[in-house]
Amino acid sequence: MSDKNTYQVPIGPIHPAFKEPFMVNFVLDGETIVDAEAHPGMNHRGVEFMGMHRNPLKVIPLAERICGICSIVHQHMFTTATEHAAGIEPTERARYIRTILAELERIHSHVLWAGVAAHEIGFDTHLHFTWKVRERVMDLLEYITGNRVNYAMWTIGGVNRDITKKMYPKIEDTLLYYESLYGKLEDIFLGDTSIRLRTRNVGILTEEDALRLCGVGPTVRASGVRKDVRIDQPYAAYGDLDLDYVIPSSFGYENTGDVFSKTLVRLKEIPQSIDLIRQCVDGMPDGDIDSEPRKAVLINKLKKADGEGIGRIEAPRGEAFHYVRLEGGMEEVANWKVRASTYNNLTTYRPMFMGEQIADIPIIAACIDPCIGCMDRAEVVDVRSGERKHFSHEELHRLSVEKTKMLLGGLP
Amino acid sequence: MPTSTVFTLIRQLVTKKATNKFPVTYAPDNMHAAAAEIQKGRLKINPPVELPPNFRGKLAYDVDACIGCKICLKVCPSEALVFKPEEKKIKHYVSRCTFCSQCVDVCPKDCLKMSDEFLIAGLDKYGKDMVLNP
Repeated sequence: MSDKNTYQVPIGPIHPAFKEPFMVNFVLDGETIVDAEAHPGMNHRGVEFMGMHRNPLKVIPLAERICGICSIVHQHMFTTATEHAAGIEPTERARYIRTILAELERIHSHVLWAGVAAHEIGFDTHLHFTWKVRERVMDLLEYITGNRVNYAMWTIGGVNRDITKKMYPKIEDTLLYYESLYGKLEDIFLGDTSIRLRTRNVGILTEEDALRLCGVGPTVRASGVRKDVRIDQPYAAYGDLDLDYVIPSSFGYENTGDVFSKTLVRLKEIPQSIDLIRQCVDGMPDGDIDSEPRKAVLINKLKKADGEGIGRIEAPRGEAFHYVRLEGGMEEVANWKVRASTYNNLTTYRPMFMGEQIADIPIIAACIDPCIGCMDRAEVVDVRSGERKHFSHEELHRLSVEKTKMLLGGLP
Repeated sequence: MPTSTVFTLIRQLVTKKATNKFPVTYAPDNMHAAAAEIQKGRLKINPPVELPPNFRGKLAYDVDACIGCKICLKVCPSEALVFKPEEKKIKHYVSRCTFCSQCVDVCPKDCLKMSDEFLIAGLDKYGKDMVLNP
């Protein structure tokens, strides 16, 4: 922070150098953050508008491309909403297959997040480790669905491909692999002193704030709020399964709502997902995977359908929501609205950032698992001098790594 | 020193790698020269990872079996399929395909199929192999 004038090259919000376009304004008093203001809306791609010019079957592959990590979540929500609007019931077997895939995606998302969080505080070994072990679940998803990221598995009233008995051993193999690995992940993220130093009492979200700001998912469950769509309003096969809210106090920890608690909740959801997949595989009913296998008939049925529907899903990041309206005689979707979980969780940034240091920005920004990535660009206002300064993501990352080194007693 | 790190390192020597092997053991000094060597068959490269059984690769189209019913056009999300009215057949742009396999599921004559071919990157999106039934 020198007094010299600096050049500001306008790079972004949309630029290949950044992970995702997003911006937060910080007001600083020295090193301490006194105010934070998030500016979403830099990533408008007009996906909803595109969806309103297609029939529902064409929207499914488009919906899964809203997000690369939650691709199952968005196609699941869109199909649920359309089924609700058209009055089509998915078959029982399809509900179980959907649940298995949704839980596999949760494992992959949480392992990925753990790696990102480790990277933000300077432990790149853990990043490489978690992303290496994540490959196993990606391989399983590719084995089941035929593609690694965009699965194209959902259809209105069911799923496109079946999970056969031949696939069960491979699913069980992968689940055993993650079970054997879980102790190591817990050792790294919950037992390690240096990670504890960076995550304990950092980015605290109190229970009142969590409720008041309507946060969703692991972000608020870490504060002790019992909120999970899978239990509150069961969809797919969750009504038949045995599951409970994952909150820190269930495991003998305090519901502090800091970054450590959020890590804990996400890690504890991995064995829960493994358990849910086992329950689904054991109780998988026989029958069709699709309520209407003839797609041409299905399109005609959707054309006649008139009504509106919603889809609420507990995504790995928290509750997400789709609204669909179909009009009789119109082949295209009349109206489509998407609300992803990060939109709710952005509001929790302000209380979490208050009173923290600049070097803690990357890990706090990452702790809600933002879908618009960690911060690509941050503007800092010094209250004393009124000076404005731009921090790039790389600079923030460097500061964060330096803080870890300083805490460990090494060279700053 | 028998620390856990040493054990991990020894174990890594014998365990199967989680990821794909690199195409060649050592990075070649000249990439173009290495590619030329491979084409002549003098340099062997490690094959890519095995494909899963239901892999969705480039579309295979049986022109003679097609009856031109146009149902596949109704489900194609990216307009990769175009109808040719004079022939009553379809034309497929590989570069636009999203590999969702909906056209394969919907085809009443089973003339569309997902093949195992995935090495379809190229500079010309309207090139020889990039448009089926041009």
